[in-house]
Amino acid sequence: MSLPVQHLCVIPALPLLAAGIAALTPRSGRKLASGVAIAAMALSFILSCDALATALDHPGAHQFFNFTWFDLGLGSVRLGWLLDPLTALMCVMVTFVGLLIFVFSTGYMHEDANAKQFFCFLSLFAAAMLGLLVANSLLFLFICWELVGLASYLLIGFWFHKPAAAAAAKKAFITTRIGDLGLLLGMLWLYDSTGSLLFYDGGSGVLEASALSALSTQLTIGGLAVSTAIGLLIFCGAVGKSGQFPLHVWLPDAMEGPTPVSALIHAATMVAAGVFLIARVYPLMSADLALANVPTHALTVVAAIGAITALLGALIAVGQNDIKRVLAFSTVSQLGYMMLALGVGSWVAAIFHLLTHAFFKALLFLGAGSVIHAAHHEQDIRQLGGLRTSLRVTFATFAIGMMALAGVPFLFSGFWSKEAILHAAHGWGVSHLPLYVGLAAVVLTAFYMTRLVAEVFFGAPRSEHASHAHENPRSLTVPLVILAVCAIALGFLGTPYWPWLQHALDPKAHAEPGGYGLMMLSIVLVALGLGAGWAIYGRRPRAKASALDPLAAKFPRVHAALAARLGFDELYAATFGRLNDALATFADALDRHVFDGAIRFLSRLGEFAGIVNREVDEDVLNGGFDATSAKIRGSGQAYSRAQTGSAHGYLRMIAFGFVLLVLAVLLGGAR
Amino acid sequence: MNQLPLLSAIIFAPWIGAAVLAVLRRAPVPTSRIIALLFSLSTLALSGVALGAFDPARIAPQFVERHDWISALNVHYHLGLDGLSLVLVLLTGVITPVALLASWKVKQSPRLFGALFLVLQGAALGVFLALDFFHWFLFWELSLVPAFFLIKLWGGPGATRAAYQFVVYTIGGSAFLLLGFAAVYAATGTLDFTQLAQLGADGTLQQKLATLGGVWPTAVFLGVLLGLAVKVPLWPFHTWLPSAYAEAPTGASMFLTGVMSKMGVYGFLRILWPIFPSQLQVASGWLLPLALGGVVLGAWAAMRQQDLKRMIAYSSVNHLSYCLLALFAVAGATGRPGVSSEAAAAALSGTILQMFNHGLSAAALFACIGILETRAGGLRGLADFGGVRTAAPLFAGLCGVALFSSLGLPGLNGFVGEFLIFRGVFGLAPGVAAIATLGLLATALFLLTFWQRVFHGPRAGAATRAFADVRGVELAALVPLVVLMVVLGVAPGLLTRLFNPLITSWAGHLTLP
Repeated sequence: MSLPVQHLCVIPALPLLAAGIAALTPRSGRKLASGVAIAAMALSFILSCDALATALDHPGAHQFFNFTWFDLGLGSVRLGWLLDPLTALMCVMVTFVGLLIFVFSTGYMHEDANAKQFFCFLSLFAAAMLGLLVANSLLFLFICWELVGLASYLLIGFWFHKPAAAAAAKKAFITTRIGDLGLLLGMLWLYDSTGSLLFYDGGSGVLEASALSALSTQLTIGGLAVSTAIGLLIFCGAVGKSGQFPLHVWLPDAMEGPTPVSALIHAATMVAAGVFLIARVYPLMSADLALANVPTHALTVVAAIGAITALLGALIAVGQNDIKRVLAFSTVSQLGYMMLALGVGSWVAAIFHLLTHAFFKALLFLGAGSVIHAAHHEQDIRQLGGLRTSLRVTFATFAIGMMALAGVPFLFSGFWSKEAILHAAHGWGVSHLPLYVGLAAVVLTAFYMTRLVAEVFFGAPRSEHASHAHENPRSLTVPLVILAVCAIALGFLGTPYWPWLQHALDPKAHAEPGGYGLMMLSIVLVALGLGAGWAIYGRRPRAKASALDPLAAKFPRVHAALAARLGFDELYAATFGRLNDALATFADALDRHVFDGAIRFLSRLGEFAGIVNREVDEDVLNGGFDATSAKIRGSGQAYSRAQTGSAHGYLRMIAFGFVLLVLAVLLGGAR
Repeated sequence: MNQLPLLSAIIFAPWIGAAVLAVLRRAPVPTSRIIALLFSLSTLALSGVALGAFDPARIAPQFVERHDWISALNVHYHLGLDGLSLVLVLLTGVITPVALLASWKVKQSPRLFGALFLVLQGAALGVFLALDFFHWFLFWELSLVPAFFLIKLWGGPGATRAAYQFVVYTIGGSAFLLLGFAAVYAATGTLDFTQLAQLGADGTLQQKLATLGGVWPTAVFLGVLLGLAVKVPLWPFHTWLPSAYAEAPTGASMFLTGVMSKMGVYGFLRILWPIFPSQLQVASGWLLPLALGGVVLGAWAAMRQQDLKRMIAYSSVNHLSYCLLALFAVAGATGRPGVSSEAAAAALSGTILQMFNHGLSAAALFACIGILETRAGGLRGLADFGGVRTAAPLFAGLCGVALFSSLGLPGLNGFVGEFLIFRGVFGLAPGVAAIATLGLLATALFLLTFWQRVFHGPRAGAATRAFADVRGVELAALVPLVVLMVVLGVAPGLLTRLFNPLITSWAGHLTLP
């Protein structure tokens, strides 16, 4: 059996169907809703594996199926599906991780009265995410892109009675929409210059040679190639969605959503959509590389933003005390790594890291969820502690996830994918700055993850909740174990010794020469981070919840700045927030005082004119245009004298103006 | 011409209903409500008949009725239906019954309410179908009378002032419109839109008007422009709108925003652009910034509103300004060498779609606010609610779809129209399109604020007491609108196929005389 490309839409359609069924199920039908959602995901997973097999049979080929959405003018708006190894691998990842998280959710959301709605939204998310992956049209990708944003909004605000959750949901939607405006403009520009938004279309798609050469040879504002400008605008969308600096502020707040949501949407899949998008349009992003005399290449900007984000996220993660926020900033940082990889020319390394990260970060979030569930919703790491004995499975799997994220050598997947990125950065001809930033983030990552594990699992329990915690049921722990296995195994698909993944994604990719020196260096840096973390937080564990953080004791101001997330939220509130308020006040005042004021003034003038009008006489006006019916209305209103009120002032004014105009036209026409 | 006069039937069926209601003085309240509803449904039924026989490929008006009327003035009774009219007739057909359902519980003389509503409906249909200025203008003005009484008699505390302001402001604009057409008539001797468009296209009209000399040809154009601009409204002639929409009873707000605001845009497309192409081309230089002002400042002004109805009213200013933005961009590009007909087709299709889509979403939002108002005993401030989603999940879901449709979420109807408008405007005036995206951001901001403050958080304000979910008539009003939002979001071709050949022909002839 193999899934033909024109039926690829079945993969997203199944979860969509599940969402529809869940929406129509009464509240009491949570078993049905979760059962249907899991079944749909499982089927989609099987189909995705099948699609992967098909894609791997045609290495390097882009199979597509396009169709007309609706006719427009002489042409039409067309959409389509695309099957290549990138799509297929992403689909397999999303359906597999999604399936595990759905299973986890049945246990985690067990007591929630709205559980059926939860599965409805999760299925909707999965449908939109899979639609985004199979799209062969930037327009369809954008539609799904916005729909995953909607699902994210609904799920962050799932506990909408909590004001913080409702506010976080809105912040996420608005912040990502700022980026999406760039994406929209980029899309419009692309549509306008090429007449198409299809990626591949037998030679006339936007990612094919003729369109690319046209786009990269024209120059536009600032001496940029058109392809550069479009690429950067599209990248704006990725910056918003993937929590890149300077639009990263929404992602940590998104942790207000239930933890399975954080794992699925805000760690493994949706936030990686920005990376996927850039990888998808990579031919466009890199079309300008051949140009020499341009101010910048699109990918250079991507690399810079990625490097800044990687470092920024890792720094702030050091100062956070909420288990989910540490992981959220870690996600920001890791997404920065992926962008960095894209920027320095290796989209394959970016996707490799995206895939490994999806598994180990989903594992870490679900582990955090398991901790939170066991510790009665205690998320503050200062209040936890000592959980390694009470939550054995969670501890073991979380430790594996931590080592994968930290890049502990050889056994863990994160090591190999991070190595791939660092190698790519090392080979980048433009600058070595991203490499140095990447190496610095390696130390920080190992450090904050050691801190997290030490605070949560070592020492003694520091609160009632932590001391009463006991291991969760199977529905929570089994997904953890499976993800932990993946967090190890996945790395071996892309080692320099057997680069299966790299070849699957891009058969033309040449084998990178092994840089053992760089590998040694990064191993040393990981050891440094782990050692420092253990020395500061592990050797003498925190004694009580109120004890001062060792870093805060040593460097109070630095720590305070990191804990306050370097003040981005305050900065934005003081600038954009105020600007927004000022604009709103301005627009409202303009209406109330200037425009409405002008009308009031005219009505006063009208009242005055009405008096004059009445006093002078009506004979002058009566001469000549009795025939027009409007005149009757006009004069009738002008002479209605008995009533007061500004409305009547308007009437008089209008009659007056009308009369003036009639006179003028008559005189003018007679000339 | 020996067929059934279908278009006359469409226009006058609601008026017959109004007459029936006027005669049946003793009819019990439920009966008069049902009579009003049934006659309001006539439009949908008859336009369904028209839809069946309508040939989208023919660009000229269909089902034409043309009879001599006042031969001394060369006035004809001339009706016709093309893709543009058909879409708006369908919209009227959907909105009117739904608006009547939303006002089902009106206590104060429901018979009169229904009768006035039917008169309003017929007048609006007349505007969309008339092809001769004379009775077009009669319908145009006549629509104000029932609207005035609907606002004044069934409206809120500030209704009297709002109604006066609405009517007077609009009449003020119309006076100039009438005057402009008086001059056009004096110059050409005809009031027939088809003939005038012909004269406008080949430049004859301009030559004839030029004989007036001086500033008068311009004044004539400006007069017509002003009449239409007030009606839409074009920023900054919009200040009557928030109070009129806010003070009107729910059903009237729905009709005003759903249908009557489209009369102005229709006038731009049917009259101003075809008859005065050169003048509009010149004027688009300053009209585009005004439309942009409506898009951007309209949205930001909405953010400051505490009254939910005023907020949605401002959002209407924003949404309708997109239509004008697209039209002005096309008009401005007319005659420019190398103008992209693809972009023009997108912009014009977007305009028509946006009219229909805005009609659905704004009417649904006003219906939702009406429901909130009923539950809260007349309160409808942003701060008067909280946690309604906990109390009324179904209502929250329906209102949520309407809100997200209004903010242009892909998958729902609003997106397609706005995307096409942006696609077109970007191709014709990229800078304008770039600035206009700010409107999209601001719309999301205030609509999500609405959603968050009213539906989320702990139960507060009116929602702390018993707050029933939607049921019965309320559902019957909301569900059709929400279903259409989803259907047209997924399959916009259902509408575009009706007017695509027409738009293609317009976009293919972007030349000046």
